[in-house]
Amino acid sequence: MNKVFKNADDAIHDVTDRMTLLLGGFGLCGLPENCITAIVKKGVSELTCISNNAGVDDFGIGLMLKQRQVKKMIASYVGENAEFERQLLSGELEVELIPQGTLATRCMAAGYGMPAIFTPAGIGTEVAIGKEVRSFNGKDYLMEMAFDADFAIVKAWKGDTMGNLIYRATARNFNPVMAMAGKITIAEVEELVEPGELDPDQIHTPGIYVHRIFEGVDYEKRIEQRTVAPPKLSPEARS
Amino acid sequence: MLDKTGIAKRIAKEIKDGYYVNLGIGIPTLVANYIPADMDVVLQSENGLLGMGPFPFEGEEDADLINAGKQTITMLPGSAIFDSAMSFGMIRARKVNLTILGAMEVSENGDIANWKIPGKMVKGMGGAMDLVASAENIIVAMQHVNKAGESKLLPQCTLPLTGVNCVKKIVTELAVLDVLPGGGFKLLERAPGISVEEIKNATVGKLIIEGEIPEMEI
Repeated sequence: MNKVFKNADDAIHDVTDRMTLLLGGFGLCGLPENCITAIVKKGVSELTCISNNAGVDDFGIGLMLKQRQVKKMIASYVGENAEFERQLLSGELEVELIPQGTLATRCMAAGYGMPAIFTPAGIGTEVAIGKEVRSFNGKDYLMEMAFDADFAIVKAWKGDTMGNLIYRATARNFNPVMAMAGKITIAEVEELVEPGELDPDQIHTPGIYVHRIFEGVDYEKRIEQRTVAPPKLSPEARS
Repeated sequence: MLDKTGIAKRIAKEIKDGYYVNLGIGIPTLVANYIPADMDVVLQSENGLLGMGPFPFEGEEDADLINAGKQTITMLPGSAIFDSAMSFGMIRARKVNLTILGAMEVSENGDIANWKIPGKMVKGMGGAMDLVASAENIIVAMQHVNKAGESKLLPQCTLPLTGVNCVKKIVTELAVLDVLPGGGFKLLERAPGISVEEIKNATVGKLIIEGEIPEMEI
């Protein structure tokens, strides 16, 4: 079993036109930066991308949008991106907006081998149009299908050569559920270690879900909204 | 009349010791500043954090640690991190005691619209549809009228809905109102200096006024 790839270019070598990709991250946090750069370089097109957000103009999925590589975007929130807006309004880009919990749980269902889930999110709204509604204990639920994606591309903090993954802080977000949901899952990690170096009790994604892994380089980890507290006052300054 | 801070202060009085609370973007975020220090309240951020702390000091920002509004934040002793599916699992399973969010319109039967204005750029619903569909207790923080001067408390929402029959309470710059299970906005409190007449004039949906309406204490 060899899951280790040299770099992002190698790991995504067989991503081709018209494929469906699950991309981890929330906003710009926990994004598979190396793989996105490699996909932009490879120039594949007409992709369907499933991700919570669509990046910003010059970072994240925004980079793929700029190269017109995305045919359809499935996301829960897509603000903060002028190029996205332009392509949407001109009809170049197809967009399906779905509730964030529905997005996460459709990934989870795929990873748990369940064809569909039932959620109350979207009942009575335009999200429910054309979907089956079932009533359980007097409350209505929408049937939402598990995702069926060619690749899941995720970012973790640490991983081992067996594909076991550990995430850090809120960079975890969609990464573990997407890692479980791809036909082929590619994980890029900040630090790749040998088996035995990660505590089995601390593993977030067991390696069985991960088909390819590599140590990424040059993480920018851009901050979208830098918010800070007022400066700490020294005791002298306070008095 | 209340300013945004006033609305946040009044809503903070609805929070009880031991609550797990999800705060939306905008005025709801300000509520965190007015939770009494002697109360144990845990803030949930739906991108995967329980125990959201204040903004970091300059130089201590961590790109891996943000809230649902994508702002840099901190964790507190006892914080917990989880993935997005579990985050909405705890919301759907009603483990979160209170959800506070903004709205463009609320109807007298508790429908809420806050994610889309047709013909304008659509940004998406994010986690709002999941939250309103499952939360046991939803308080809406919003202005009583929109920028065009039209009431946001209506018989029926005119904008695309986020959820139906879900809003329990509304706090605006003018008033505190309950949304009754059978329909209608029951006036509970007036903002300082605001008359019942002014609230009537700003409310198009069915307004229920019983007895003397006290001025709110903040």
